[in-house]
Amino acid sequence: MASIVEQAQPLDLSHDSEATRVFRIEPTKGWTAVGLRELWQYRELLYFLTWRDIKVRYKQTALGAAWAIIQPFFMMVVFSLFFGRLARVPSDGIPYPVFSFCALLPWQLFAHALTESSNSLVGNQNLITKVYFPRLVIPMAAVLGGLIDFLIAFAILLLLMLYYGIVPGWAIVTLPGFLLLAIGTALGVGLWLSALNVQYRDVRYTINFLVQFWLFATPVAYPSSLIPEKWRALYGLNPMAGVVEGFRWALLGKSEPPGMMLWVSVAVVVLLLLGGLYYFRRMEQEFADVV
Amino acid sequence: MSDIAIRCVGLSKRYRIGQTEGYRTLRDVISETAAAPFRWLRKTSSSNGNVNPAVESITPAVNSIWALNDVSFEINRGDVVGIIGRNGAGKSTLLKVLSRITKPTRGYADINGRVGSLLEVGTGFHPELTGRENIYLNGAILGIRKAEIERKFDEIVAFAEVEQFIDTPVKRYSSGMYVRLAFAVAAHMETEILLVDEVLAVGDAQFQKKCFSKMSQIRNQGKTIVLVSHNMAAVRSICNQGLHLQHGRAVLQADVNQVIDAYLARTEEAEGPMEVETENFVVNEVLIESSSSPILKTFAPCEIRVRFQPKIDVGDPGVYIGFLTNELHRLAGLDLKDFTSLPPLRAGQSAEIGFSVESLPFLAGSYQVEVHLKDMSRPLIERVPRYYRFDVAETPVYGGRHLGSWFGNVGLTATPIARLG
Repeated sequence: MASIVEQAQPLDLSHDSEATRVFRIEPTKGWTAVGLRELWQYRELLYFLTWRDIKVRYKQTALGAAWAIIQPFFMMVVFSLFFGRLARVPSDGIPYPVFSFCALLPWQLFAHALTESSNSLVGNQNLITKVYFPRLVIPMAAVLGGLIDFLIAFAILLLLMLYYGIVPGWAIVTLPGFLLLAIGTALGVGLWLSALNVQYRDVRYTINFLVQFWLFATPVAYPSSLIPEKWRALYGLNPMAGVVEGFRWALLGKSEPPGMMLWVSVAVVVLLLLGGLYYFRRMEQEFADVV
Repeated sequence: MSDIAIRCVGLSKRYRIGQTEGYRTLRDVISETAAAPFRWLRKTSSSNGNVNPAVESITPAVNSIWALNDVSFEINRGDVVGIIGRNGAGKSTLLKVLSRITKPTRGYADINGRVGSLLEVGTGFHPELTGRENIYLNGAILGIRKAEIERKFDEIVAFAEVEQFIDTPVKRYSSGMYVRLAFAVAAHMETEILLVDEVLAVGDAQFQKKCFSKMSQIRNQGKTIVLVSHNMAAVRSICNQGLHLQHGRAVLQADVNQVIDAYLARTEEAEGPMEVETENFVVNEVLIESSSSPILKTFAPCEIRVRFQPKIDVGDPGVYIGFLTNELHRLAGLDLKDFTSLPPLRAGQSAEIGFSVESLPFLAGSYQVEVHLKDMSRPLIERVPRYYRFDVAETPVYGGRHLGSWFGNVGLTATPIARLG
């Protein structure tokens, strides 16, 4: 039975919508469309590449997925000790460990996604030079691969909140929005850097530095309320500031809702993403020749 | 258009030679950008005077080659086309353009139908993942839907003969198993057009036979196949059409036998005629072939025979055969007198003498053969005034990865030793 079906299929296909199925391969100059429809057709590849990244990440490690907890947890301990205890950095009335851990989660997701996506095209050059698929899938998969780690660490955050008796309010429903914003920021920057990395390997050395610098520019160890009110909107130019404060507001509830700052962040992310998409698509045509 | 699967019109692809050597760093760009005004100044100042050649040579010219140059052809639906040509003729570039991996510089190609390409066996295989996981991953990379893979899973595993190891990470696979599994996934692509680069030269003789029958099966389903191969026997048996590329140009597209014959004739033109004469011998042919497989493979047996006629009576005929690299460095040599002595030959009597080689030690690549014919009774040694080229296909040696120039030309039969204290 199966074999009959299989043989019949190609015949059927060859008769439907003859004209539309002809695809023209030709040189493209300058800017091209983002090609979302094609991306949708390749959603299974996105899924499998993400799955591969997750599956392979903790292979041959003794602690496995525990690393997803260990990293932010120990950073939280260090932050609590040095910034919370010794430097007495204010934390908007929230216990400092929860205050910093809540910020470290989106931060780690972002930092991981940024690093992975920036190196993703170079790391997958065997695919790029041998198979066709929309190249956008590669940095996207690299960004999404960090979500599992995030979810694991999120469970720890919930335990921590339970320990300190913090109950999130209705604002928690906005959390996916802030998560999306973090992913959008990472993808936006990752698109730029991954495409640049294909041409200029200098990018690889810039990323570590960039991530460290960005961490200090983001209110992870300190609250954004330390920034004078009039500079707050400007501070939002760093979209991760909006994300981190948004997380604190949605989960811990005690900080004030991020106002103008958030909208500036959203605008920056949209610009970063659109610019990244178009730049990526423009450079994409040369990836296989240059990488 | 409905009967045409692929139509190329003036397809051209230019590569910059300088760029293929590594990548440009930001420093290069900055220094180039910084130098630009000076270049401009120099140009404008030299435009009214004489060009200083010394200054001019400092700025490197951007070298480029046309890997494809104004290639136009049509492939009908259901045709199986073998693309042949020497290394660097543009065969692989053509497949890369048709499979959309790289963009053409000029011209266009119309593709009528879903395209699947197999430019390398096992692209995207991850050593840490199991055979089962890699089937799904590789399938997704090749554009096979998950549902389709699920439906064909057992068939793929059976084809690859890896049932017992399906849940073992592929890094523990032998190179043969690895290649079989990779080919099995690719062979189950359900696309109307299949682009295949030199990938049939993998695996052992038995598996190759299986690959060939699978290709024939795909052909018989009425699919269009474009195949690149150096293996003329394979091209002749699978393809009905041939396309000969030379220096990026399409030289001839016709019936496969016609194209191959023309290609071989042309190759001889370049390398000299097939039949050559020395003072006392006529050499009709020098054959290097494997009795068990259509291609020459590393560590596989092969035969090398010289067919000739002496113009004079030869009392003690002999032959020396030298194996050389393309750069004419001598790698090995065989002299018949070290093995046996032959009965005398009369003038005009035809003879075929040579050697059966148990295990051909050369790694993948192309080589040259040099022949001396002798009569030890006179004594007389005459060198045949041309080299005969032969190709060793890419075959799995040392675990099967592609070997770079560090590995030389000769394969060693080796096993690792590790005595750890």
